[in-house]
Amino acid sequence: MNIVLLSGSVVGSNTKAALTYVEEILKNKAPNATITFLDLAQYDVRFSDGRHYFEYEGDTKFVAETLMAADIILIGTPVFQASIPAPLKNIFDLLPVYGLRDKVVGILATAGSQKHYLVMEQQLKPILFYMKAHIVPTYVFIEEKDILRKKIINDDTLFRLDRLVEDTFDLREANAFIKEKKEAEFDF
Amino acid sequence: MLNNINPEKGMEFGLYTLGDHMTNPVTEKKISQEQRIKEIIELGVLADQAGIDAFGVGESHQTHFVSQGHTVILGALAQATKHIKLQSSATVLSVSDPVRVYEDFATIDLISGGRAEIVAGRGSRVGAYHLLGVDLQDYDDIFEEKLELLKLLNESQDPINWSGNYRKPLENAEILPQPTTGSIPLWRAVGGHPGSAIKAGYMGVPMMLTTLGGPAVNFTPAVSAYKEALSVSGYKVDDFPLGTTSLFYVGDTTQGALKDMYPYLNQGTKLLRGSDYPKQQFANAVDYRDALMVGDKNQIIEKLLYQYELFSMQRFSAQIDLGGMPFDKLMKNVEIIGQDILPAIKKHTKRK
Repeated sequence: MNIVLLSGSVVGSNTKAALTYVEEILKNKAPNATITFLDLAQYDVRFSDGRHYFEYEGDTKFVAETLMAADIILIGTPVFQASIPAPLKNIFDLLPVYGLRDKVVGILATAGSQKHYLVMEQQLKPILFYMKAHIVPTYVFIEEKDILRKKIINDDTLFRLDRLVEDTFDLREANAFIKEKKEAEFDF
Repeated sequence: MLNNINPEKGMEFGLYTLGDHMTNPVTEKKISQEQRIKEIIELGVLADQAGIDAFGVGESHQTHFVSQGHTVILGALAQATKHIKLQSSATVLSVSDPVRVYEDFATIDLISGGRAEIVAGRGSRVGAYHLLGVDLQDYDDIFEEKLELLKLLNESQDPINWSGNYRKPLENAEILPQPTTGSIPLWRAVGGHPGSAIKAGYMGVPMMLTTLGGPAVNFTPAVSAYKEALSVSGYKVDDFPLGTTSLFYVGDTTQGALKDMYPYLNQGTKLLRGSDYPKQQFANAVDYRDALMVGDKNQIIEKLLYQYELFSMQRFSAQIDLGGMPFDKLMKNVEIIGQDILPAIKKHTKRK
């Protein structure tokens, strides 16, 4: 199984801190999986110009191809200006129309306050649905007060992140089962 | 009607190739470039003998493709065939000089006795732009300007005076050789999107529309947009032919066709678009309302006639060699098309 953690911002540390915790859970839960941490702050990704994702070069090609090869994607994102950050939106623009088909996507968001907790619901999920992802319905919303110096200090948040990983694996298993059953109907 | 189309003879049927050169996903063997090019020429000869109306060769300039010199291959076909119309599918006009393109196709036209046609497109891949040094940033404007110039070269017999933004001006330029009848059928290659269809209509260039799959009815907006733009520009809509194209595989049975085509379709999709072709979607494609041409001969005929009702196109062109489809299967397809499919669709689409 191929799991990618995508940190969707080029600034800040809270999203990365939360995803790093998730990465630890994943390593314990799925020791045989290939786990890749894509921190967009570490890559020089260019804006989408409409070409096929594998026709880019350098970091852009690497990031796009890594995501396209994933079975599971766990997206971590801050909220900027009442929206998802531009680098994260650009990732979706780089991928094909139905680029997330057959992939399971889990979401965690970090923000300064509760004010924009519906951004995931109203902005991120519609994009993921359009790209045909299987989305884990419940996401984890993490506030400034839940993190201190890159460590999560709220037990409720920790439990919810554990649960997010569990739900992600369950959804992956269910969808893989359904796909296999469906394709068994065809003899080509 | 423009482009030497005679509607009284019924809808034309063509074959085209983009020059796919891929490892056969079933046998895991890859034929040589030499063999692949010779097979393309052989396929054109067989199509000619089977009474198929047109044969097209396209250029891509990147991995998995062998027919970059598509005009050279068409030149070989001009010599080797007798009746079939020879077209590009498509010429990526943005990366070539229109004068050079016109000279090449005029030559093919003379060798073939007036059978050459140009299908000019922007290309759906970036390979040609990188390799031939054209800036992707301007690709829209470059294409429009070049197509306009190509149209001008095609329509005038006199020395040409022209100036534009992306090429040095032409002053009293004489373009030689000239084609058999003084002009060559010219088409604009259009993806499914109405945007390009509208441009074809405004410029007054017949449209060759790609309808690769999904519900055929989804392509009617592009066709209507083309006709409306023609009419707004003052062209007589009935003078302008319409061509459509799709992926194609005919088998002895539906199940056999699906089974034969899937590995190649899937490989082609994977290598060219980066993801698998969903099996469920492919299984649904045998429905007569779906644009992807797969099935037994009766299903294919039903699909073609249904699309003829939707679009009233004058030519349908089939891409039968996507993804490294082996030559024996291509020969079998040409045989079924010539023996069963062509007579049926001609009979039903002939205008009295």
